[in-house]
Amino acid sequence: MNSQTIKISARHVDVHYDKTHAIKDVSVEIPSNSVTAFIGPSGCGKSTFLRCLNRMNDTIESCQVSGDILLDGENIYDPKVDPVQLRAKIGMVFQKPNPFPKSIYDNVAYGPRIHGLAQGKSDLDALVEQALRRAAIWEEVKDRLSAPGTGLSGGQQQRVCIARAIATAPEVLLMDEPCSALDPIATAQIEELIDELRQNYAVVIVTHSMHQAARVSQKTAFFHMGTLVEFGDTKTIFTNPTDPRTEGYITGRIG
Amino acid sequence: MIEPNPYKSLFAASAQNKRRAAAEKRFHRLGLAAIFVGLSMLAILMTTIVTKGSGAFQQSFITLDVALLEAKLDKKGTRDLDNLKKVTTFGYAPLIKVAFEQVVVARGIETDLTSKDMAAIVSKSAAAQMRDCVLNDPGLIGTTAEFKFLANSWIDGYLKGRVTRETIANNKNVSIAQLDFADQLIELGIIGKSFNIQFILGADASDQRPEDAGIGVAIIGSFAMMCVVLLLALPIGVASSIYLEEFAPKNRLTDFIEVNIANLAAVPSIVFGILGLAIFINTMHLPQSAPVVGGLVLTLMTLPTLIISTRAALKAVPPSIRSAALGVGASKMQSTFHHVLPLAAPGILTGTILGLAQALGETAPLLLIGMIGYVATNMPETVSQGLLSPNSAMPAQIYEWAKRADPAFYERAWGGIIILLIFLVTMNLIAVTLRRRFEQRW
Repeated sequence: MNSQTIKISARHVDVHYDKTHAIKDVSVEIPSNSVTAFIGPSGCGKSTFLRCLNRMNDTIESCQVSGDILLDGENIYDPKVDPVQLRAKIGMVFQKPNPFPKSIYDNVAYGPRIHGLAQGKSDLDALVEQALRRAAIWEEVKDRLSAPGTGLSGGQQQRVCIARAIATAPEVLLMDEPCSALDPIATAQIEELIDELRQNYAVVIVTHSMHQAARVSQKTAFFHMGTLVEFGDTKTIFTNPTDPRTEGYITGRIG
Repeated sequence: MIEPNPYKSLFAASAQNKRRAAAEKRFHRLGLAAIFVGLSMLAILMTTIVTKGSGAFQQSFITLDVALLEAKLDKKGTRDLDNLKKVTTFGYAPLIKVAFEQVVVARGIETDLTSKDMAAIVSKSAAAQMRDCVLNDPGLIGTTAEFKFLANSWIDGYLKGRVTRETIANNKNVSIAQLDFADQLIELGIIGKSFNIQFILGADASDQRPEDAGIGVAIIGSFAMMCVVLLLALPIGVASSIYLEEFAPKNRLTDFIEVNIANLAAVPSIVFGILGLAIFINTMHLPQSAPVVGGLVLTLMTLPTLIISTRAALKAVPPSIRSAALGVGASKMQSTFHHVLPLAAPGILTGTILGLAQALGETAPLLLIGMIGYVATNMPETVSQGLLSPNSAMPAQIYEWAKRADPAFYERAWGGIIILLIFLVTMNLIAVTLRRRFEQRW
């Protein structure tokens, strides 16, 4: 597959919370098999925009989304689309590791179970193992799959959450500041993992850390006060930004 | 311009600091005093209840050998049950007099009492007790059997120290000669106190026989009501809480509902009683005094409390769990039933048990649907009887005893309170244990 195939295409997206205009006319094209980073200062709307991509914003009553977001050419806000089905195709990893207070196995097996992805116990076992291996945590937890997921360290929990997201066989993986609650070592492990996941998924990551964006992403979008200021190859954004605001943020003068 | 303070030693407390320290010390002492007062009140309450109520669990019994004369009980000698049933308790009463006369002769007791007065120290339930025994086993007729009769409440009171020779000076129910007679029987071991299981298991008795009254039937009544409350309040309460907390849109209507649930929780219970009287008895024509009506009324009363505590338990489940479930493509309902509800379950159970405990001790609404004032003398035999035939409930039974004239009933009211408190404390302990054991920390 060509690395420049467009997986998600957002066109003129506006988001309103009651009277707040949170996202202003954002258009962005997210390629498959690469990592796209959303960066920007706090409150710039990058997380809000990320949550539009799998319609998690539907759960917030006051949130109004307009514009088109196409996944493989299909508008995900079309009335015919069931958001539940959509979220099975677009996995999400959250800021704070949030494993279910169940065993590690049940955490990962939950998605496949509710979507009927596995036939029988051995099939499910294999699926869980595969997901945990891909999330680079299998070696650490294989002997205690029945231990509670909440008993792991923060970095391990986050990788279990990534395994849980992978287990439903999504096409896109959204990550909302996945390392903000983790120490540098765990962060490095997750970043390495993100780089590997790129082989199979379109990964979108929201991050506060510009270094992280520079390290893991191929494309970077810079948000500021609800608008998309600049979007392009990560290299270009970090070495030769066109907008003075981007330059200011990257060099640390604003933000 | 703020100048730095001139140097002062840390060892010398300033005036303001002294005041602050004194205020803290005062507050500390005040708190201790409040707790001490609270605890001593509790101690006084508990000691009073136990000292006044423990007597109800002990009862005086008179052990007598009674000759079951065939001539009195089965004149035809056929042992035919239908014929035996024709002999009423009046046929049995004289046998007790005879038994006393024999004891007096055999054991050499000195007394001027007539046999009628001697027999009067036995409970009025004695003849019925003998009759039941004989109808159960007609083979006893013609033999001499040992019976353990209840002493009447005055003799019982005499043994427990409630009745003395001074207090009965003008009493028609008992005479000093009878007390003298009782003294001799006590010495011979014919009268003695022992544990009275019938108080816990038995039925209420008419106000002529306080010694025979028990709270067992009322316990069954309360139990039946609690079953109704649990079966109705738990599903309705949990379902409406889940809907309000997880699914309902936040708008004026749900706000209105929410405010009104909070208001309902503060409505005096007697209001629910009169509502039950109007709806369940007068309109729906459900039987009066029936535990099913009591259960329905208590359900209405418990629901708001249950909904409030269930919603609090649901609210305490962190939103990240819901996000996690939605994020892997679970529907709202799957997220609620697979993740939120199991986490909220201990809180819901705790709220339910506390709600039930509150309902168990509730007296006022039962007043209006006729459960107070009903003398519960019959043990229900089937489940439907347990729900539909008139019965009393524990707090209703206690109230009923407390207002009867005979001081022996007063003792039983305290005894009933002990039993009620044991139930309530047990339920609260279960609630606390559940909360401790299943409490989740995130």
